[in-house]
Amino acid sequence: MERAETPLLEVRHLSTNFVTDEGVFRAVEDLSFQLRRGEFLGLVGESGCGKTTAMLSVLRLLPAAGRIVSGEVLLEGEDILKLDAAEMRRMRWRKMSIIFQGAMNALNPVRNVGDQIAEALVLHDMAPSRRRAAARVGELLELVGIDADRADQFPHQYSGGMRQRAMIAMALACSPQVVIADEPTTALDVMIQAQILELLERLQRELGLSVILVTHDLSVVAEVCHDVLVMYGGVLAEYATVDEIYNEPLHPYTRLLLEAFPDLSRPDERMISIPGQPPRLNDLPAGCRFAPRCPMVIDRCRIEPPPVRQVRPGRWATCHRIDEAGT
Amino acid sequence: MERRDYLIKKTAWSLLTIAFVLVLNFFLFRILPGDPTTSIAKDPRLTAETRRALQERFGLDKPLLLNLEGGSLFESQFFAYVMRLAQADLGISFNFNRPVADLLGERLLNTVLLVMGGQLLSIVLGVGLGLISAWKSRTAFDVGAITFSLAAWSLPTFWLGIILLILGSSYLGLPTAGRETVGMDYAGWWDQWRDIGRHLLLPTITFTIVLLGEYMLIMRSSVLEILSEDYILTAKAKGLSHLQVLWGHALRNALLPVVTLIALNLGFTVSGAIQVETVFSWPGLGSMIFDAVRRQDYPVLQGAFLLIAVSVVLANLVADLIYSVLDPRVKSA
Amino acid sequence: MLAQLRRSPLGVVGAFMLGLALIAATFAPWLAPYDPEQTIHVTIEDIYARPSAEHILGTDDGGNDVLSAFIFGSRVSLLVGFSASLISMFIGGAVGLVAGFYGGRIGNALMRLTDIFLVIPDLPLMIVIVAMVGPSLWNIILVIGILGWTGTARMVRAQALSLKERQFVLRARALGAGNFHILRRHIFPLVLPLMVANTVLVISLSILSESTLSFLGLGDPTTLSWGGMLNFAFTRGAISARAWWALVAPGLGIVWVVLACTLVGNTLEEAFNPRLQSHHLQGEDKMIASPSHIQAEG
Repeated sequence: MERAETPLLEVRHLSTNFVTDEGVFRAVEDLSFQLRRGEFLGLVGESGCGKTTAMLSVLRLLPAAGRIVSGEVLLEGEDILKLDAAEMRRMRWRKMSIIFQGAMNALNPVRNVGDQIAEALVLHDMAPSRRRAAARVGELLELVGIDADRADQFPHQYSGGMRQRAMIAMALACSPQVVIADEPTTALDVMIQAQILELLERLQRELGLSVILVTHDLSVVAEVCHDVLVMYGGVLAEYATVDEIYNEPLHPYTRLLLEAFPDLSRPDERMISIPGQPPRLNDLPAGCRFAPRCPMVIDRCRIEPPPVRQVRPGRWATCHRIDEAGT
Repeated sequence: MERRDYLIKKTAWSLLTIAFVLVLNFFLFRILPGDPTTSIAKDPRLTAETRRALQERFGLDKPLLLNLEGGSLFESQFFAYVMRLAQADLGISFNFNRPVADLLGERLLNTVLLVMGGQLLSIVLGVGLGLISAWKSRTAFDVGAITFSLAAWSLPTFWLGIILLILGSSYLGLPTAGRETVGMDYAGWWDQWRDIGRHLLLPTITFTIVLLGEYMLIMRSSVLEILSEDYILTAKAKGLSHLQVLWGHALRNALLPVVTLIALNLGFTVSGAIQVETVFSWPGLGSMIFDAVRRQDYPVLQGAFLLIAVSVVLANLVADLIYSVLDPRVKSA
Repeated sequence: MLAQLRRSPLGVVGAFMLGLALIAATFAPWLAPYDPEQTIHVTIEDIYARPSAEHILGTDDGGNDVLSAFIFGSRVSLLVGFSASLISMFIGGAVGLVAGFYGGRIGNALMRLTDIFLVIPDLPLMIVIVAMVGPSLWNIILVIGILGWTGTARMVRAQALSLKERQFVLRARALGAGNFHILRRHIFPLVLPLMVANTVLVISLSILSESTLSFLGLGDPTTLSWGGMLNFAFTRGAISARAWWALVAPGLGIVWVVLACTLVGNTLEEAFNPRLQSHHLQGEDKMIASPSHIQAEG
């Protein structure tokens, strides 16, 4: 992954477990990636593959059962996993913010929207009081295409798409370096999806925003991302630039994903779905996690988990079947 | 505009309930065996004059509900009753030979004094305990608080009162009955209120403990639910500390069901007041009911029941109003 | 469910307490040292006698053994509690099912009625009715039962409402099943567990109601419940005689049974309706498991 500048955010060998009555769920294992300034990283995978868990780990927002068991998260060179609680709270939102999946409930229903945005500003000393923050709040709302007058309204008075955009405005309030967008377009209709994506693109152009875009929708990734990280069952399957992923997918799972998505230019093609179920993370098979569903599986795959290998400079994949030339 | 519809609907509903209570009250004392009005003639405590006046008033010779014989349709016992109520005439006490309304009025203040103190304390303590318990869920504090609350809720109010009475009078020298010490000469009103305060202490504590348990448990489960909501995670992600999250996001949302609960609990509060007043001989509406039962003073019983039931309905309405102000999501139900 | 029981030691404790009470009530004639029906001849020393070898819990205002009265008293309290709540469960279940499943105007009317009864304060109404009809055991059971169904009705209705729209019901309808059939074979069995949990809590409320009525002098004069014992003790000078045994024992009995039912009821409710295990402000001190990192805390 050698490129010109040092990465803004670098995650190295991150592993996260969930400790429950039903055993230990190895939700994320040995995940590494980088995010550069002004770039979009697409984090792709089916539901339950660990994308959200990985992001929550980065911000240390895991639920009570979550344990980060190893790894480093370097933001501008500093390992934020080593910060104490107070430092972490200062860092949150100011350097790195997150737009949650299903932003319908992510806003407090009994406080007005402007208030909640202003809260972030006041907390991080970017405004002296809620009232004085009003101007900046208005600015942020306009930035995402919401009329500034609506700052005094409550979340239930906004439409679904507007709430999502309000969440984006709030995430940008403190001008963070990194924004994590967890499924920002899921559960919204196609028109609004397009609007949100356009907005994100514009923000990237105008503000030089660096975004990790978590999604299960490959078409979204194709539109706005520079790099793509494909996850399966908690591990990195493939990690490369978006062009490489689309034109030359190496990992069998990536290939199946690409095939599974209907191509608008060939509407008569039959839809393919990937047979089988995702692995149970508290009862993992030995060997590669994708082996039970892989069309290219061999015996070795069932015994020995494949390492995360740099197949080519800037291309990583986790599969036994890929030789140096790439198959 | 939506809030106005909500309020109109709730007010109409309250009026309907009050009407139901009035009708219920009427029939309870007429239909059930032991009907007091027909036994007026036999009750030796009333003078002959009063008896005749009462018979005329109650119109015992008139039909029960609607007058289908000669004269106006509304010349019946029921409508006579309604007319009397409209004039705040609740009858005459068998025991004291005085208007029931006067008797109730005298005692009302005392009950309010007792109930207010107990409610306020138990709400403050219950809400506080519930909040901390939910926050520190499953720790020793939480388990202890839950156990205490469950135990407090399981105590019969009157029994707790008796126990505190014994302990309080034996070890702390607190008075055991009444509102003021009998035969005392007061230097001024401050002196008098200090005496009342001493008499009020144990009953209020009893009241508080009994209500505390339920408020704590409800607040706790309300806060627990809220702390699992997505917007709490957002608040945390913004960098707010626990206290800031609790204060700015959890508390306000959690208080909403508590307001509803206070309203719902008013029946329980009334029941508690009756028991506490009886045990401590506190001269309020509750002990008046107790006496009325013992002395079979039915007009007082009927009047007290009516007053209490209507008060509770109105208090519920007030709670609904407050709720509609607090919750911005309120639309027409 | 067993896992839930393991996780709730309080529920097990409650069940144990309840069991003990039921044993005492059932085997009262064998357990009680004296027969409370027997007339005895007393002298002044026998009244409010302190606990001794002969009378482990002392004697009451009439010279009778408190322990025996206590054991027999459990019968009345438990009998009233269980019977009244059976009535409440029946009425509440029926109202809730009809209102939730059939809905419409009948459902609305039923819920309005439930709301009215919810608002009207219980104890004053009970006092008034029992005072009018006379305090027989049967009357008391009926009154408590008829006024105790509102909570059950609401809960059952909510359940029925949500179940009505579920897949298996729609499927049954598509196959031509009639309303009553669906109610009986599909909805009722699913509502029953919650109703049972709720009924246990209603039992505790019924016992409290009975005790309070008896304490206020409205108990059945032919039987002696714990509330009745307290009524006698209170009105016949136990406090000034410092006869704490006559006051503490019956009260503890009530607390014992009510607490037992509450614990069991809560545990059952949680088993059938599991609530959330954790919330967002928990677990931060354990989040970073590797020892080389500083432990974080909220």
